[in-house]
Amino acid sequence: MPAAVSSHKVRDVTVRMMRQGSGPPLLYLHGANGLPPWLPMLETLSRQFEVIVPEHPGFGLSDNPPWIRNVGDLAMYYLDFIEALSPHPVNLVGLSLGGWVAAEVAVRNCTRLATLSLLAPAGLRVKGVPMGDNFIWDGEESVRNLYHDQSLADRLLAQAQSMTDDDADLALTNRFAAAKFGWEPRWFNPGLERWLHRISVRTLIVWGDDDKLFPAAYAARWGERIPGSRVEIIPDCGHGIALEKPDAAAKEIMRLIAGMR
Amino acid sequence: MQFTFFHLMPYRPLDMAERHKHRAAWVVLPNSLYDPKKGADEYQSYVDQLVYAEQLGFDVIAVNEHHQTAYGLMPAPNLIAGMLIARTTKAKIAIIGRALPLVNNPVNIAEEFAMLDNLSRGRIITGFVRGIGNEYHATGINPFFSHERYQEAHDLIVQAWTRPGPFSFEGEHYNVRYVNLWPRPYQTPHPPIWIPSQGSSETIKWAADPQRKYPFLVTFSARDLVARYLNMYREQARQFGYEASPDQIGWATPIYVADTDERARAEARAGVETLFNDFLATPFQMLLPPGYMSLPSMKNTMRMRKALGARKRLTADELIESGTVVVGSPRTVRDELSRLRDATGAGKLIAMLQFGVLPDELTRRNMEMFASEVMPHLKN
Repeated sequence: MPAAVSSHKVRDVTVRMMRQGSGPPLLYLHGANGLPPWLPMLETLSRQFEVIVPEHPGFGLSDNPPWIRNVGDLAMYYLDFIEALSPHPVNLVGLSLGGWVAAEVAVRNCTRLATLSLLAPAGLRVKGVPMGDNFIWDGEESVRNLYHDQSLADRLLAQAQSMTDDDADLALTNRFAAAKFGWEPRWFNPGLERWLHRISVRTLIVWGDDDKLFPAAYAARWGERIPGSRVEIIPDCGHGIALEKPDAAAKEIMRLIAGMR
Repeated sequence: MQFTFFHLMPYRPLDMAERHKHRAAWVVLPNSLYDPKKGADEYQSYVDQLVYAEQLGFDVIAVNEHHQTAYGLMPAPNLIAGMLIARTTKAKIAIIGRALPLVNNPVNIAEEFAMLDNLSRGRIITGFVRGIGNEYHATGINPFFSHERYQEAHDLIVQAWTRPGPFSFEGEHYNVRYVNLWPRPYQTPHPPIWIPSQGSSETIKWAADPQRKYPFLVTFSARDLVARYLNMYREQARQFGYEASPDQIGWATPIYVADTDERARAEARAGVETLFNDFLATPFQMLLPPGYMSLPSMKNTMRMRKALGARKRLTADELIESGTVVVGSPRTVRDELSRLRDATGAGKLIAMLQFGVLPDELTRRNMEMFASEVMPHLKN
């Protein structure tokens, strides 16, 4: 069942937001393709948690304030967002760009976080292990290269055929925002790796073994840099973990939150 | 009219079958396909053609900048301009243009143009562009900030040319503690600035502003679009309260002249078709990276492309019919050019007389025939 979509204002910025479930708060930060539909992974998590999925400023129909110019600005926005959200510590989950933002939040301030789950996060660069170039891929390549299972890609490509002009406009808005945050340096912050030791909450790193955007070798680097973190590699899985392996991803996130490292 | 002979310097020996194993003749085309011996010959031919254009009576000879591509072999066009200064005496030398957002210190551009202006004793014309979208892939510069960087770099360069130094420039993208050009430009207040463009309304408004009145040049577009954009510029000038002079308006187009229409079409065909289909053709996500155009402009462009359907190879006949290229007998070419001139009030023509794989011999004949049979009729 799809979650209710509402608007939510923090400081001067109003964003779209999906919210469902009750229990401890779980904040999910989406990737560079924008606010996803209510995914099965989110549905599963919402049975135990209050799942909150904002659309990042600059994406889709959310505000695009001129002061949010890079991922650092976005992280500062989410620090405000988390403080305004709940007096309880928040379980922070992020995929890809959202994982990068989550890590930037955590290196700045972990006091309002309960746990941190990073699903194939952007944010680091491992020299000698090139990333894929999602900005040069065409529409079909972009879908195919996000998933291991090409029949899933086929279905998504078939759905894309019936895209309305409004959908296409939103996708373009998302692409602009993705470029703003990720074009240069390409999907990483040179300083972040030096600061990851500051993350003091239980942290999980999940990666698909067949990630064509950020190769699975990146997972080990994240694991080395975040003290006490756990790395899980999901077999037969591409970059779009939340869509391709929702059960495995949800299971690992729930294990982390339940207190198992 | 003022006539400019413009060169892109394409790499003609390109293996086209190999080229089409890759997305584009840009950025990802392996440079193992470039043969330096053949490339050196290309440079020699092309520089000779530019020098010859002065002898034929062209007012301006012009080059431009592109990166990592067989489409044009001038990542550093000022090097060619330096040669042209030494080998010519009276023609203006235009570098149209340098891609401002691609550099991290625009003072370098101001300095190089100032040097060329001194070396040529004021024969330099500059052009300020943002570069084709492909160039943001080639350089890594974020296209999202392309417009911002362009505006800021422009301001910095013009201030560097006109404000007494040293001064500080404080921008968002560019911060320079000491701006103090040695040498200053030869021309006062500074070399002319031309704005080649695909016709975005933002650029038209900015270029036509009474503070700037920069000559606006529509490049490689069908005749209807050329007329539309140039008239938009004229209309914009009227809204600013003045009438644009012919010097402020021009267009750039490939041109081929031979004694008959049939012969012209036959001789120009391969050059025209390779220019558009092999050298220039680029996938959407390379040509128009996110932010390169404003979001509303990009939305419109996407819808237009969706309506047009899948891309196919353009034929020379189609390109001639749409007036994207001008090919024919002297009479045909004169008529086509004068019609567009009269419809737009344009006073500048940027003629590209070598294009695609067009060989040296045909280029030379084309230049001579254009200079003798077309140019005199269109001079004021």
